[in-house]
Parts: sequence; C-alpha cells; structure tokens
Amino acid sequence: MRIVIIDDSGLRATVLEEGLREAGYDDIHIVPPRGGFVARLERMAPDVVLMDLGSPSRDTLEEMLSVSRALARPIAMFVDQSDDSMIGAAIDAGVSAYVVDGLRKERVKPVLELAVRRFNAFAKIQTELDEARTALSDRKIIDRAKSILMSQRGLSEPDAYALLRSSAMNQGKKIVDVAQALITASDLLGGAL
Amino acid sequence: MTTALRIAFLPLTDAAVLAVAREKGFAEEEGLSLDLVRTVSWATLRDRLVFGQVQAAHMLAPLAVAVTLGLSQQAAPLSAPYKLNVNGNMLVMASDFAQALDPDVAARLDDPLGTAHDFAAAIGLWRRKPVIGVVHRFSSHAIMLRYWLASAGVDPDRDVVLRVVPPSLTVEAMRLGEIDGFIAGEPWGSAAVDAGIAEAVAIGERIWRRGVEKVLAFRTPWLEENPQLVDGLLRALVRAAAWCDEPEHHEALAHLLSQPQYVDQPAELILRALSGGIVARVDMAPLHMPDFMLFSREATPFPWRSQALWLYSQMVRWKMVEHRSDNAAKAAAVFRPDIFRRALADSNVPMPGASMKVEGAVASPLAVGSKRGELTLGPDRFFDGRIFDPERIEDFLASF
Repeated sequence: MRIVIIDDSGLRATVLEEGLREAGYDDIHIVPPRGGFVARLERMAPDVVLMDLGSPSRDTLEEMLSVSRALARPIAMFVDQSDDSMIGAAIDAGVSAYVVDGLRKERVKPVLELAVRRFNAFAKIQTELDEARTALSDRKIIDRAKSILMSQRGLSEPDAYALLRSSAMNQGKKIVDVAQALITASDLLGGAL
Repeated sequence: MTTALRIAFLPLTDAAVLAVAREKGFAEEEGLSLDLVRTVSWATLRDRLVFGQVQAAHMLAPLAVAVTLGLSQQAAPLSAPYKLNVNGNMLVMASDFAQALDPDVAARLDDPLGTAHDFAAAIGLWRRKPVIGVVHRFSSHAIMLRYWLASAGVDPDRDVVLRVVPPSLTVEAMRLGEIDGFIAGEPWGSAAVDAGIAEAVAIGERIWRRGVEKVLAFRTPWLEENPQLVDGLLRALVRAAAWCDEPEHHEALAHLLSQPQYVDQPAELILRALSGGIVARVDMAPLHMPDFMLFSREATPFPWRSQALWLYSQMVRWKMVEHRSDNAAKAAAVFRPDIFRRALADSNVPMPGASMKVEGAVASPLAVGSKRGELTLGPDRFFDGRIFDPERIEDFLASF
C-alpha cells in the first residue's frame, strides 16, 4: 500500500511516517503542498493520501483527484463513513484521508487510526513547545524588569524579584504582567523610572 | 439561557454578517452564542458541516448545491435559508496580460462584454495558455468566470487553464508565476492589486448585477429538527446584515474583520469591498462601485429558488452534472425561502411574495409585490442580456 503524506510541517510528517513504518508500512512518501505538488502526486499513484485538514491546499488536491486521468479512480474520504466517532476524531485531530476506491476498509482503517493518534501526539508536542517558548520569553521580561528595579531603586536581585512578586499578588495579576507594565512605563518615561 | 452554535467560515470579507451577529450582540439578543470556526479550505468547511462538527457554514452557494447532488465527496442534503451576501468578486490579471486590454481600467470594467472579447484576443498573445486561479470548481466565482469567458467564444475548459488555488495563497501563486491571474472573493483581489502585480479586469457585480455568492448552509435534517434555533439565528443575521450595509459602519466593520480571528488582513484593504471604493490598479484613485458587495438591501438575504436553479443550469452547461428533472428539483430545494419566511414572519423585513423570479430581467430598481413593507429589487441583469426563466430551463440550456 503506497501512502503519501502531504504536509507543510516537516516535523509532523516525520512523526507520522515513523509511526507508519513501525506499524510495518514501508511505501511512504512525503510531499509538501507547494508548487507543482499535484503533478508529483499524480506520478506517484498513491493508494492512500493523508493530509492536514488545516492546509489551505486541500481544495487544490481535491480538484486534482476529481479530474485526474492518471488517478482515474474515484477517491473516497474517511475510511469508515458509518463511524461518526472515527470521523469526529479525525476532524478533531486535523487529518483527512483520501483513499483509492476499492481498497478494503479493514486495510485502511489502521492507517487512519494511526494518523489520528500521531497527529494528536504532534499537537501535544506543539503545545508543549509553545508553552516552553512562552515561559522563556516570560523569564526574559521578568529579568528585564528586575534589572530596571535594581538600577533605578538600588535593589538586590532577590529584593527586586520579591517586590515584583508582592506587587503582582496585591494586584491579583501575573508577575510577567506586572513586569511588562513596568518595562512599558520605563520606556515611556525614557528610562527615568 | 443561551445556546451555543458552531458555524464554520472562511477568512473573507463576506463573512461580515456572521462576525457582526456575534460581536455586536445581535445573536445574543436571540439567546444564541456563536462559536465561529475559522477554516482555511472549502473542503474542510464542507467536511465540518457534513459530518456535524459545526451546525452551519458560510458556504459557496454552488458548493451547497453540489454537496446535495453528491458531486463533492460525501453526499448530504444541505439547506440554505439565508444568503449572506450578493456580489463581491473581482477578476485580476497580471499587469503584463492586462496590457492587451483597454488601458482605461474604468472603461474596461464598465464594459464586460467588450473586455471579454479583448480577453479572448489576448489569450493568443500570451506566452502560454493563461492559467487562471479559481478558489473552487463549485464557486460562484468560477461559474461567473466561465459565463463571462464563454460569451466571447472562449472555452474555459480548453482555451485557458482553471487552477484551484485557495484564496489565501493566490497572491503568492501570482508572485511565483504559477498563475497569471485569479478570481476570488475580497480582499484577495485588492491584495494582489496593492502588491503591484495585478490589475482588475472584471468585477462580479458587472457580470451579474446581483450575483449569488455565499449562503448560510445547514444539514437539512438538523435544520428541520431545530426550527427555533434556526429562526433565532436568521433574525439575528437579518439585523446584523442591516448594520453591515450602513455606510457609517463600514470603517468599524473593516477594523473588526481585520482581526486575526477573522480575515487577518489590513482594514484598509477590507474596507474597499465594503464601501465600494475599488482600487483597480495600484496608485489609481478608487472607483466608486456602491453595489460591489451587498448584505441587506433589496432583500439580499432572501434565497430565491430561481437563483439556485441558475447555478444548477451552469453546472449542467459545464458538464459537472447531468440534467434530469430530479436533479433540478433537488438543486432548487437547497434554497429555502420557506424557512426564511417562517423565521421573519413577525419582523418588519419586506418579504417577497414569490419564491422564484425570472433572473436577469430587472434593468433598473423595481418595486415588486411584497407581503409587507416596500420592497424594491435592484437591477439583476446579466451583462450579456440573457434572461433566465426557471420554468424553462431546457430552453435556457439550449441557448448556449
């Protein structure tokens, strides 16, 4: 079974490809949805095409599937149309599948299930990465506010942090928000704060 | 108590009525809280609706017909009781290509028939078969482009290449030379003009003065099972649409739509379609086109069954579907004037007495029979002067 993954994100495609290989599928190709990707895909004659539901290029792909002569076989979407929970899971995970008509459902179902699991896992990693990135930028903001307090008020680092923390608690805000307000005020006043 | 409704939309200027219903409290007044789901492809919007992830969707009118007829993946009966807008499309072509057309852009746009013939002549001069981007085969834009090209003897399936490009990628595709022009909903045509790589060649409103564009589509069984929610939503949308059409609200509306959760493009670009101040070529003064995109006046939201049938006639013409009486009946039934009437029975919205009309017959504003209030229909002519009588669809098809 030849599986083509159409994806912008190299990382997510790799996560999915690895999963499929572990499950014993070995004819897997990754095609980014750019330029003449449709012609490339046509030459590959895949049995299953997996694509990110969030990709704007899905309309381009569907158009190709509906007019292609090379792939002159009707293509169905979602493996088991009768299973609403499966369809829901696929949509929530953000993955769509185009399957060559005539391919037995039982053969394709595990592929889609795996794709859903891997897309979910990737989304989780992505969220964690975003959170880590936010945490990093939060720390930078707090560091900058601390150094303003240290230079303007002559405080030690622990005292500067304690002041930020107690202000945040008194105002019922996050430390990073108080720190950001301090930096903004300091910038507005030309560093005279 | 409020009920949450999930509605999928594409980031386009004509999603305005949904955004306003949510942001200006019109939905809330009806006890509804709208969860607007931003979606970047028509395929995904369709799947979200068909598989019940959302209750309604901001949909290309021909796509609602196509899904119902089983022409676009999973077949599902859809119902459109409300038109979100009429008009709002623009065909833009690479500046090099446009050189072969009338250099007076305003004159070019005013004379779609002459421009279609100039376009036909320009095809042979171009370095390749022109590649024109359309957002979907079942889009109003693609159907109007085909209608326009064919009037000058151009076969849209043979003499040009129609390539599906999602709206958000059109400008990039032009830059890369993958397409030579495109027809899309705003603000994308304006974005390409502003980038200095394209100019306006035809305006949807000049091809069909009141061209069907986006509808609010529901799965028919859900629509039938939830009359109160549907009616409440339609009442909210009618008020939101009236708000959107008010010229003094256009700037605020453009600003609202420019936000990342909606269109995420500069407010200045979005404003052009709303106010009708269309910049046809970079650095040119805006042209004044007050009917460029309409939401409310002249009973814009009313889903005339004859309009669904006109779309169907074009799908038959281009061999996307075989003409049979059951197909025609199914297509006409996608538009639901009965639901619109029920929902607005107690309002002061002027209500057409009929559900079908002859399309293309009104040359200047016309007062018509209305069950309530004064109803004036705007001009709805096709640029080639054809008239579509929904009772005589075979004759109409035979005329092409």
